Amino acid sequence: MSISLEVPKKFGMLINQAHQVSLEVFRPISRKYDQAEHAYPKELDTLAALIDGMNDGGEGGTGARGVRRDSSEQKPGNRNGTNMSSVLSIMEACWGDVALVLSMPRQGLGDAAIASVANDEQLARFGKLWASMAITEPGFGSDSAAVSTTAVRDGDYYVLNGEKIFVTAGGRSNAVVVWATLDKSKGRAAIKSFVVEKGTPGMEVERLEHKLGIRASDTATIRFTDCRVPAANLLGSPEIEVEQGFAGVMQTFDNTRPLVAGMAVGCARAALDEIEDLLAEAGVVVDYDRPAYAQSAAAAAYLQMEADWEAAYLLTLQATWMADNRKPNSLQASMAKAKAGRVGVEITTRCVELAGSLGYSENSLLEKWARDSKILDIFEGTQQIQQLIVARRLLNKTSAELK
Amino acid sequence: MSGRNTRGRDAMGAGLAMLTKLAQAPLIDRLGLRKQTERAVYETSKAGFRAVGAANRTFSAVQKRNAPARPTGAPERGQFDLTPTDEQKMIVEATAEFAAEQLRPAGSAADDACAAPETILKRSITELGVTQVGIPDELGGMGGERSATTGVLVAEALAHGDMGLAVAILAPAAVSNALVLWGDASQQSTYLPAFVGDDVPAAALAINEPRPLFDPFALQTTARRTPGGFVLDGVKSLVPRAASAELFVIAAALDGAPALFLVESGTSGVTIESEPAMGLRAASTARVLLDGVTVPASALLGGGSADTYADCIRLARIGWAALACGTGRAVLDYVIPYVNERHAFGEPISHRQAVAFMVSNIAIELEGARLTTLRAAARAEQGLSFAREAGLARRLTAEYGMQIGSAGVQLLGGHGYVKEHPVERWYRDLRAIAVMEGVVLV
Repeated sequence: MSISLEVPKKFGMLINQAHQVSLEVFRPISRKYDQAEHAYPKELDTLAALIDGMNDGGEGGTGARGVRRDSSEQKPGNRNGTNMSSVLSIMEACWGDVALVLSMPRQGLGDAAIASVANDEQLARFGKLWASMAITEPGFGSDSAAVSTTAVRDGDYYVLNGEKIFVTAGGRSNAVVVWATLDKSKGRAAIKSFVVEKGTPGMEVERLEHKLGIRASDTATIRFTDCRVPAANLLGSPEIEVEQGFAGVMQTFDNTRPLVAGMAVGCARAALDEIEDLLAEAGVVVDYDRPAYAQSAAAAAYLQMEADWEAAYLLTLQATWMADNRKPNSLQASMAKAKAGRVGVEITTRCVELAGSLGYSENSLLEKWARDSKILDIFEGTQQIQQLIVARRLLNKTSAELK
Repeated sequence: MSGRNTRGRDAMGAGLAMLTKLAQAPLIDRLGLRKQTERAVYETSKAGFRAVGAANRTFSAVQKRNAPARPTGAPERGQFDLTPTDEQKMIVEATAEFAAEQLRPAGSAADDACAAPETILKRSITELGVTQVGIPDELGGMGGERSATTGVLVAEALAHGDMGLAVAILAPAAVSNALVLWGDASQQSTYLPAFVGDDVPAAALAINEPRPLFDPFALQTTARRTPGGFVLDGVKSLVPRAASAELFVIAAALDGAPALFLVESGTSGVTIESEPAMGLRAASTARVLLDGVTVPASALLGGGSADTYADCIRLARIGWAALACGTGRAVLDYVIPYVNERHAFGEPISHRQAVAFMVSNIAIELEGARLTTLRAAARAEQGLSFAREAGLARRLTAEYGMQIGSAGVQLLGGHGYVKEHPVERWYRDLRAIAVMEGVVLV
């Protein structure tokens, strides 16, 4: 018990592995798959197998699955566990390429959702799947309570009907975690998540989007038409517990928001490292001791970006540290996502400006990072949704009071 | 005004200036304001003064020591942990209570008076022992590990009460900390005993100089070598409690590189000139004018090493960052009930996103800055490099500290602008974070 905000040495190997992957696998193919928008990055298959191997060995989760909260007895003392190591490896991998990370087999946000809320039996069945997350519908985005996809119980099955959009890796994954309502009149409490495996009759991938960034990642529209899903695929409790409300499915976000914050932190770091080198070539040296205003405008801009980056980085680590130490972290997860999401965009776009035509052209990856980063301030809860969550918590307001 | 306003006085302006001069005196009489005006002038001149440095005691080595005593460094922890030690929890609890009960209620009056009440300064020493915490026990202090994070937590807790008073309280501790960290055996035994008793002298670490774009690594105050020591010349600005201070640590360029010097306030050539500022008024800021001030060779602190000086600047910035976090937190704690209770258009103003999101952003930026500050301090005490982290904590608190101060006033609207509420003072105090160097040391 002593204040210290350093990454433990035991994660060094993990971080280095992720860095090597970024450097030797992601960066060399980054531009290629940005341009070939819907081509499958086949290089990732080999890599995914490697990561599966890493996941199965020892402490320190590497990817989306590391966010599962250990149910065993909490040992006394401080813990730096898999929530933290997962985010650290995601950061490092997104320093390589966010879009490719989002396309990593078996590393989907659906996997994080399964890891967060599945029971042990479900985890055994779904733990090796590559699962996407399907929440958004054509009629709503941020207002998750407005889910209109329905799930009707029929014997040992639920019958799903509805349309989901913006499903990351929805075309390539082999399962989708779908949010659907058991009874629209019962509001939030009736919203449940279901694991639907690809090939289930009635599930159709209809379209892939063309996007501003993360183009290597496929974003799909999926339609469910009388799609029969085994009742045992419902994650969490099947009961509609009005007092518990949304808590069941929303719990996922406490774990996935720090992951997305980590993506923004990693992507922004890539841009910062690149611009630092470019500025050094241009003769600009950044001095942490001298006041920003006593240095060049470019150095001052760099210092501000680096400071904002540090805040985002530490907020993200704080959220994972709390998860690892079984402290409720909804507030901190939203703070991290809000700060990292916005500074991710500010930093990557500012770096393009500083690099001039060099940064704006496709000759460098700076312009790509500036496009990729924008999604990180949108998915898993937009900037505005995070601010709303933080505000409601601080001001002690319900969603009916503070809309 | 399509750019810099370069217009000078014309005929009409000259007429107006004349009119203003003529109107002033009779106007005051006509409105019966003469008495108030006189009192205001009197009050201002009480704060506005120029005097030689205070000299109440003679510092001399009571006990000869061969080696300086230093606190033990904390071991490298190599982990992420935001849990304070039990000792830190106790210290923070006591400090927070002191800040809430003593500092917050006294903040406004101390701001008006440009002075901290003597009772509060005394109690900070007898009840909190702010100077004793960092002093090794062989020198009569409380001993223990060197802890910059404790310094951060204490500064933060005090500034939650009032930043100006916090600075007044912490100013002597900066000097004792500097002696503990960088003083040699003789400097420690000469000066430190005074900081462990109940009668701790006012003292200050003076770095700032009055000029735009001030860079603490490019000083205009100079130290010239003489056969017997050094001669110091220059001006130090915004030095807390300078008029009553008995000991200064002064930053001056020696052979072109910045260094720290111990200067007793009674030394010939030291003049104090009051310099009340936008905020931090309870800290009685003043200029210290150095005109051919002769000090002995033993006045040089830390052997004039560049690393010592850089560490001093960094540790002070961490201290200011911590003060910003404390006052920033005060703003957040103050605006939350206010926006919940204040109604407009038939509902609490906190039901509007434009208001609520300002509160969110205060909290988000504050939390980010606080973690950055703690990381810098924790690295410092573990003996890790911390230049980058201290620089970033400085940048964040300079930027967002002011933003938070401004949001605090904005959220209260017109009520935030008047002295009935403390947010206008916090606005003024938080502007200091980007400006101040030295003064506090964690």
